[in-house]
Amino acid sequence: MGNITVKKIDTSRPMTFLERIYIWEILRGLWITNRHFVVNMFFHILNLFGIKTKRKGAVTIQYPEEHRGWHRRLRTRHYLARREDDSPRCVGCMMCETVCPANCIYIVAHDHPDPNVEKQADKFTIDMGKCVYCGFCVEVCPEDAIRMDSGHLEICSYTREDMIYHIDRLLEQHHDPSDYKNHEEWMEEYP
Amino acid sequence: MSGKEKKTVKTVIDGKEYAFPQGTTILEAAKSVGIEIPHFCYHPGLSIAGACRMCLVEIEKMPKLQISCHMTVDDGMVIHTNNERVKKARKAMLEFHLVNHPLDCPVCDQGGECNLQIYYMMHGNYISRLRENKVKKTKKAFQIGPHVMLDQERCVLCSRCVRFCQEISKSNELGIFQRGDREEIDVFPDMQLNSPYSANVVDICPVGALLDKDFRFKTRAWYLESADSICPRCSRGCNIEIHYNLNRPWKNEGRRLARLKPRCNLEVNDWWVCDEGRYSFKFIDDDNRIEGPLVRTDGKARNTGFKEALELAAESLRNSAASTDVEIAVLVSPRAANEELYLLKHVFSEQLPGTRLVFSSATPFEPTEDDILRKKDKNSNTRGAELMGLTPDSAQVWSLSELKDAVLAGEIGALYICYHDITGLPEEFSAGWAEALERIPLVVYQGTNTCPTSEKAQIIFPAAAFAEREGTVTNFEGRVQIQQKVFEPLSEALPGWQIIQSLGVALGGSYEYESAEEVFADLAKNEPAFAGLSYEKIGSGGFVAKDAKA
Ligand code: SF4
Ligand code: SF4
Ligand code: FES
Repeated sequence: MGNITVKKIDTSRPMTFLERIYIWEILRGLWITNRHFVVNMFFHILNLFGIKTKRKGAVTIQYPEEHRGWHRRLRTRHYLARREDDSPRCVGCMMCETVCPANCIYIVAHDHPDPNVEKQADKFTIDMGKCVYCGFCVEVCPEDAIRMDSGHLEICSYTREDMIYHIDRLLEQHHDPSDYKNHEEWMEEYP
Repeated sequence: MSGKEKKTVKTVIDGKEYAFPQGTTILEAAKSVGIEIPHFCYHPGLSIAGACRMCLVEIEKMPKLQISCHMTVDDGMVIHTNNERVKKARKAMLEFHLVNHPLDCPVCDQGGECNLQIYYMMHGNYISRLRENKVKKTKKAFQIGPHVMLDQERCVLCSRCVRFCQEISKSNELGIFQRGDREEIDVFPDMQLNSPYSANVVDICPVGALLDKDFRFKTRAWYLESADSICPRCSRGCNIEIHYNLNRPWKNEGRRLARLKPRCNLEVNDWWVCDEGRYSFKFIDDDNRIEGPLVRTDGKARNTGFKEALELAAESLRNSAASTDVEIAVLVSPRAANEELYLLKHVFSEQLPGTRLVFSSATPFEPTEDDILRKKDKNSNTRGAELMGLTPDSAQVWSLSELKDAVLAGEIGALYICYHDITGLPEEFSAGWAEALERIPLVVYQGTNTCPTSEKAQIIFPAAAFAEREGTVTNFEGRVQIQQKVFEPLSEALPGWQIIQSLGVALGGSYEYESAEEVFADLAKNEPAFAGLSYEKIGSGGFVAKDAKA
């Protein structure tokens, strides 16, 4: 092994006189905090009386009443898409189950009445408590059947069983673009 | 291959010179030196068809590419199996094969073990130039026999299945109909693919055109693991692979064993198995498996755990041995492994001298036989029992009817039944047994599944099925072959030899075998017919026992 030379870079600078006397910096800090408080309060009060201003009361988001905008490419909770005739697209090929690194997809397949479709999922279960939201399942699906753009991200429940989504629950969900606040719009709103 | 030695020829394959026996096909020769030539229609067990043209190779000084499945090696031949010209031809052939292929791999059970998929990934990998609509064929997901599903669109028309039905099963159900791109495989009108060997066409079909009805959509091929075993269904002892799945219990209704596939053994079964054997595994994961040792008192069975059940059995057996007017009988099963038979013989003769051994090779199955594989004797180890002197040829061993007479005369105080479901046998063997069983004061049953006979037993021991324990069986010609332990026995079940050893210990003996292999080592020492054998020697191909020539 060769010698490793480490070049030391000193980014510190000597403190100025005002910084060194301390009290002045304290006052400056207090001033900044109070200025924000008073200005934000002013806008909050205006908003309270229904006066729309371009600037919001605070830069923080009032979650959960208010959502941060989600990017179009954000992966949200899975759902199983349907064909034009409303039948499930999934053919139960088990590609997603195979690729899933969290092993949280459980599929049981059976015959489809139409021999040209041949196969469909009888049971299709995703354990959301285990899912790592990698999106591999969406990537691998040859039928574009499993999708992660439902716009539902808050998956919480009081029991573990409730985190396990069976086929009926996965099929009733649809892609709801209204839940996807446009990211660009949002960026404008919160510059 | 009798008579004089074959001449060897020197041939150059891909730049290296090898010597092969004359008459070897290029494809086989290349395979023997580790060069895999893609092929669809060639199968070592069938005649040569030359239908698929996938196996083209270049032979120097020959203007055209040649099919390696038919061309034999010869002195001075210089063969290229993988040069640009060959690769281009292969790619073009694949393109032809895929012209009308529906590309429905997602729903195809062959996916993952499909030669078309494999070759496409290895040799094809082109972007489709197809603009026309694909030719639609008539039969998709169509059942053509009790076990086989046909999908004509996936077929590459290699004709392996047709040749199988002509040459091996000789039942001639399948044919190729129409011409050109409408050519299709089908059964002849008013026929079903229902020969006793029908499901072999599924194994030899290189694509997903012929698929197994029983395995359909149960799981995917790549979820399965494989272990070598021997078919338990008749005395041929066909070599099989057990394909099982333990990691995904939600598949296949929780059944661990997914399917049986033949394993090539040219001495026993070539590449085939019969359908009876192929679907004989269902009992292993059945709901009626005996899961724990049961003791029945006042008609109610209760799981007592092995210790109590064994002690009770030992005590009751000793009591009946003490009585002078009744005998103890043991009904030996020709379905038990050699190891188990050996221990059975020793434990009972050493701990309860005077025990009467009874043997019957009757089974509830139809005694089908033909000159392909199936044997009339539907037990896997009758020959093993015979070689150990456990069959009624020796005067001390009774047959089932002799036993019944003794039972009806009140001479049997206790009966230990291994595996046999006496009341479920054909009428000629089972007649009168339902009442006869009631007459025996103590019936102990050791078996895998609950059956009317086990319902009559007071003590029941759960035994491991053939895939759940290690053991050897001896086929009709005396070939000793190993059945591997594939997975753990269901809940509390134990391998048969272990149950008998524990019973021997409970009866006061000392038996300390740790594994079936150890039992076999002793067996080989003490049974002259098995002298010199060991698991190592038996290996995966089996070994014919010394005095076995029937
Ligand atoms: S997102 Fe990833 S972890 Fe979640 S189900 Fe799909 S493949 Fe599995
Ligand atoms: S990959 Fe798609 S079609 Fe296949 S099982 Fe998953 S969701 Fe269904
Ligand atoms: S394998 Fe040689 S032509 Fe098919």
